[in-house]
Amino acid sequence: MSIRVIEDKCIGCRLCVKVCPLGAITVVDKKARIDLDKCDLCGACVTACEKFQAIEIIREKEAAGDLDSYQGVWVFAEQKEGMVAGVTLELLGEGRKLADQLGTTLSTVLLGSGMDQAAQELIAHGADRVYLADSPQLADFLEDPYAEVLTELCREHKPAILLMGATTIGRSLAPKLAARLRTGLTADCTGLAIDGETKNLLQTRPAFGGNLMATIICPNHRPQMATVRPRVFPPAKRDENRTGEVVRLDYSARQLLQRAELLEVLKEAGTTINLAEANIIVAGGRGLCDQKNFALIQELADLLGGAVGASRAVVDAGWIPYAHQVGQTGKTVCPKIYIACGIHGAVQHLVGMQSSELIIAINKNPEAPIFKVADYGIVGDVLEVIPALIKEIKKARGEA
Amino acid sequence: MKIIVCIKQVPDTTEVKINKETNTLIREGVASVINPFDLYAIEEGLRLREAHGGTVTVLSMGPMQVIDSLREALSMGADEAVLLSDRAFAGADTLATAYTLSKGIEKIGSYDLIICGKQAIDGDTAQVGPELAEMLEIPHVTYVRRIHEIAGGQITVERMTEEGSEKIRFPLPGLITVVKEINEPRLPSIKGKMRAKKAEIPVWSAGDLGTDPEKTGLKGSPTWVTKVFTPEQKGGGEIFEGEVGEQVAKLVRMLRETKIV
Ligand SMILES: Cc1cc2nc3c(=O)[nH]c(=O)nc-3n(C[C@H](O)[C@H](O)[C@H](O)COP(=O)(O)OP(=O)(O)OC[C@H]3O[C@@H](n4cnc5c(N)ncnc54)[C@H](O)[C@@H]3O)c2cc1C
Ligand SMILES: Nc1ncnc2c1ncn2[C@@H]1O[C@H](COP(=O)(O)O)[C@@H](O)[C@H]1O
Repeated sequence: MSIRVIEDKCIGCRLCVKVCPLGAITVVDKKARIDLDKCDLCGACVTACEKFQAIEIIREKEAAGDLDSYQGVWVFAEQKEGMVAGVTLELLGEGRKLADQLGTTLSTVLLGSGMDQAAQELIAHGADRVYLADSPQLADFLEDPYAEVLTELCREHKPAILLMGATTIGRSLAPKLAARLRTGLTADCTGLAIDGETKNLLQTRPAFGGNLMATIICPNHRPQMATVRPRVFPPAKRDENRTGEVVRLDYSARQLLQRAELLEVLKEAGTTINLAEANIIVAGGRGLCDQKNFALIQELADLLGGAVGASRAVVDAGWIPYAHQVGQTGKTVCPKIYIACGIHGAVQHLVGMQSSELIIAINKNPEAPIFKVADYGIVGDVLEVIPALIKEIKKARGEA
Repeated sequence: MKIIVCIKQVPDTTEVKINKETNTLIREGVASVINPFDLYAIEEGLRLREAHGGTVTVLSMGPMQVIDSLREALSMGADEAVLLSDRAFAGADTLATAYTLSKGIEKIGSYDLIICGKQAIDGDTAQVGPELAEMLEIPHVTYVRRIHEIAGGQITVERMTEEGSEKIRFPLPGLITVVKEINEPRLPSIKGKMRAKKAEIPVWSAGDLGTDPEKTGLKGSPTWVTKVFTPEQKGGGEIFEGEVGEQVAKLVRMLRETKIV
C-alpha cells in the first residue's frame, strides 16, 4: 500500500506542496516528489490534485468480510446516576437520520441499574429498540464489565454502525471495544453522513488542532465505530407516542469481568465544570491581571447560566483548577457562546474553542489574535467591561 | 517497578503557522517535539521509579528521526529507550499503532505499569492507550490526574471526569493515560544529556518484532482518510465601537436577539 505521483499528469503546480500537512512533498524538475518517510498517506494531496489526478494512493483490494450481515445503527446510551447523558439524545437524533437513510433500525444499548424509565425515554427520543442490561454490577461505568456486555451484543447482533459520545466514558470504552472487535474507530467526530454509493459511514472530524478537517471511512470492517463530540448535533425531539421494543438482558446472575473497583466519586463543589455540555462558557485569561478579579468571570457565568473556562496561563498561575483549562492541553469545547475575557488567543488556546458557535472577545489589545476568530469584539479593559456588562444584563432583565 | 512510557513525536505547534492564502498549516521546517502530554507521562514514570525503585523504558513507533525525542526522554532520566521503525509501520491508524506497540512491549518483556499521554496533539484521538491495553489484555484507566497509591500489586488513581473525578483501584500490570495536572515535567539535566548522547537506542523492525503484515501500517488500518479539507475560516467579526457603556449595550442587544439574555 503506497502513494505515487503519476509523472505524465503532474505539471509541478505545487498545489499538493501547499496542502501537505507534513511537509512531505517537494517539486523537483517540475514534478512532485513525495518523501515516504514523512508521508502518512492522509490523502490531502490527492484531494488537492483533483484537477490533474496526478497523485494516487494505491490500496490493495482487501477481502472484505461478510459486511452485509452487519445491519442497523446503534447508539451507546451513556448514563450517570441513572441520568441519560445529553450527548446520547443528540446521537439518537443523528442516528435516526442515518438509520432512515439506510432503511434500517435504530437501537440503543443501555447499561445501568434501575433503568426502565430511562429505556422508555430512549424510545421516545427515536430508538426502535433498547438493549437493556440492568444489574447493580452495571450501575457505575467501569471499562471491563461494560466492554464485556457490548462485545457480546455486537458479536451476536452485528450492528453496521456504533456511535458513542466523545465523553470521558465514550473515549475510554470505545477504543477498548474497537480493539476487541478489531475494527476502526474515528475519534471526536463533528459530522456524520452516509455515502450514497457505497453506504459507508462518512465520519468527519477536526485534525491538526481544528485547522484541517478529515473525512474518514472504515470500508472493510464492521461495526463502523465513532465517538461524536457533544453539542454538535441538536438533541432528538421527544415524542411520547413513539413505540419501541425493550430487550432485557439478564446479567444479575452472571459474574462479569471486573478488575477495577470504583472507590469514590468526587464532585467538584460549587462551580460547573462540565465544559463539554455547557451552552455558554465565560473564559478568563491573564488579562484579568489578578486572581481576585477572576471572580468577575464566575459572576458573569453564573448570571448567564454558563460554565467557567480559562487559558493555560491562569491555570498555571494557580488561579483556577486545571479542569477549567480550554485548549490543546486542556479541553476542546464548542458551546453556543464563548466569551473570552482577557485572553490573547494563542493558537494552543484557539484550537480548543474555535468551533464554538458564537465567539465574543474582550481584550484591550486590538491586535490580539482572539479577535480574528471572534464574531463580536470589544476592545477595552476587562475590569471595566465585565462589570458594565453584568450591570447591563441585569438591567435588560429588569433586575436592576 | 518496571515502567514503560509510550511517547509520540509531533510537530511543535508553537511554530505552526497558517498560510493565509490557502488556509493550510505551514509545517515545512517545523521542528518536532515530544507530544506535550507524553512529557507528563515520562515525568510520572520517573517519580514512580524514585519512590518505588525500578526502571523506566520509553517506547515509540515512528520514523528514524524519532530517535531525537527518545534521547530527550533519556536526558530527562529514563533508563532505556526503544524505537519501533519500519516502512511497514507507516500510515498506521490507532489500531495498527496499538498493535505494533503491543508487539514492542511483548519483546521488551515484563512490566508493571504502562503510561501514555492523554492524547497526541496531532491526531487528538486519545485511542492508542486504551487500544494498547486491550491488546495486552490488561486493565486501563484514562485521564489520570493523580496516583494515590501503589501497594499490594494494586494501583489507586484519580480519573478526571466531566463533573469532577473518580478514585479507582485496579491490579497491575495495567495502563494509565495522564493529563497535564498530574505533575510538572522536569527539564533535562546536563548529566542526563551527556548520558543520552552516548546511549545506544535499539531500533526494532517488523522482522525483529515478528509483526503480522496484515495488522501493521496502512494495511492493518481499518480506517482510511478519504478527504482532507480546510474548515471555512470565519472572517474577522464586528468590533463594537464607542464608550464602554455603548459597547456593552450593543452586545447585550445582540445577546437578547439570540434569546440568551
Ligand atoms: C505545548 C503547549 C500547549 C499549550 N496548551 C494550552 C492550552 O491548552 N490552553 C491555553 O489556553 N494555552 C495553552 N498554551 C499556552 C498558550 O500558548 C498561551 O501562552 C496562553 O493561552 C496565554 O494565556 P492568556 O491569553 O490568558 O495570557 P496572555 O498571553 O498573557 O494574554 C493576556 C491577554 O489579555 C489582554 N489584557 C491584558 N490586560 C487586560 C485588561 N485589563 N483588559 C483586557 N484585556 C487585557 C492582553 O492584551 C493579552 O492579549 C500552550 C502552550 C504550549 C507550548
Ligand atoms: N507512534 C506512537 N509511538 C508511541 N506512543 C504512541 C504513538 N502514538 C500514540 N502513542 C501514545 O498514545 C497516546 C495517545 O495517542 P493518540 O491516540 O494518537 O491521541 C500518546 O500520548 C502516546 O503516549
